[in-house]
Amino acid sequence: MPDAPGLELIAHEINSRHEGAIVGTAFEHGQAVLLADPGLIRETLGFLRDEPAHAYRFLASVHGADYLPAAPRFAVHYELLNMPRVERLRVKALLADPGDDGLPELDSVVDLFPTADFQEREAHDFFGIVFRGHPDLRRILMPEDYVGWPQRRDFPIGGEPVIFTATEDTVPGWTR
Amino acid sequence: MEVERTKLRGLSPLDRPRSPAELRVRQLRARDMLRGDLEGADLDEYVESRVLTTTLERAQSWARGNSLFPATFGLACCAIEMMSMVSARYDTSRFGAEVFRASPRQADMLILSGRVSIKMAPVVRRIYDQMLEPKWVLSMGACSSSGGMFANYAVVQGADKFLPVDIHIPGCPPRPEALIYGILKLQRKVFGDPDLGWRERYRAGGTEEGRRPWKAGALPVERVGSAPAAGIVTGHGQPGAAQLDAPVGHPQLTGHEARDAYEEAEEDEPAAGPRPAVGWRDDA
Ligand code: SF4
Repeated sequence: MPDAPGLELIAHEINSRHEGAIVGTAFEHGQAVLLADPGLIRETLGFLRDEPAHAYRFLASVHGADYLPAAPRFAVHYELLNMPRVERLRVKALLADPGDDGLPELDSVVDLFPTADFQEREAHDFFGIVFRGHPDLRRILMPEDYVGWPQRRDFPIGGEPVIFTATEDTVPGWTR
Repeated sequence: MEVERTKLRGLSPLDRPRSPAELRVRQLRARDMLRGDLEGADLDEYVESRVLTTTLERAQSWARGNSLFPATFGLACCAIEMMSMVSARYDTSRFGAEVFRASPRQADMLILSGRVSIKMAPVVRRIYDQMLEPKWVLSMGACSSSGGMFANYAVVQGADKFLPVDIHIPGCPPRPEALIYGILKLQRKVFGDPDLGWRERYRAGGTEEGRRPWKAGALPVERVGSAPAAGIVTGHGQPGAAQLDAPVGHPQLTGHEARDAYEEAEEDEPAAGPRPAVGWRDDA
């Protein structure tokens, strides 16, 4: 894992190539994080993959997140790994909620990291994040005709009120 | 013709001799019959004691019930218990239900062994539809019976939403013995002689909690003014549809709260005599 100055250097290096690609750095749960501009996520990840000094060639995980009360509501996390150095780096792209049933969008990285295929589908399935240029952006875990984005924080938990003998008179829709 | 159920249960026409002497008598009569010494009424009686008559349907359902072939179909963690049901330790082949068939066409019992996700439900239903009649469904465990702990967006809250279920087996997971017990119950059902529910068995009709006076509806509303501010409490203490749909201002209590309120109300109006001593606490 790069230390704090190393992380700043990486951020600076990327920003000098692609203006505004990295908007910040952070350490979260002992993990170095690059906060990336979602518009330039392909440039950022491509740089980290191909630059010999970094060579994070393995994308360990892609996942979505929903930080509902926070302002850029959604995020996509890319967990990168350099296997020879055993170094991990997280790239986090914060996405604003477009509102009005619109879906947050960013570019797919499937052509850079083929493993992102299913994982981006999962993030799409659960959080409704649209990955532009994904070859086959369908739901992967939920049924394809499912409506809604179930892992979002404002999605109802579901389930049913349970009828016990003590509550059978109070559960609506239940008559003896 | 109505057939005695006891005869069908011990299908061997040879009821067990009750004593060695009776066995000896039977042996001698069998020897006489073979020698041709039995005649007339004796012969009739002998034949009657040796021959069992029943209806074809009864015999058929007896055979069916004793060879229930389950479909090889596991859904979740309960399936581990289902698998061990056929192991040497539990051995359901004693009851004729050990032959797991890999094709639904050959199976006549579907064991829903685990949670049914909403993506799996059409698959389960298709397997059920592919099975040939007659067919039975056992819902094994809390999940397939009611959704269990997975009260969420992904799991069907009870498999009987899309399938007719014959037997529900409680547990998480039910032990293989419980599953075998469920299969025995299913056998009784297949025999056309289902077991009674516990209320019928113990003649406990009228003990449903809903009929008790401490149920919420029977309470005078002003007596339970100590209810929480919202006045509405559902059984599992979670804000759910029950709360949202309940009429505002009408207090609805859980069983415990309602019972306490009822007892409080009862103490306000003293009963006619001293309370009868009930239960072991009063005796001690
Ligand atoms: S009832 Fe328990 S053991 Fe069975 S599937 Fe559900 S969680 Fe698993």
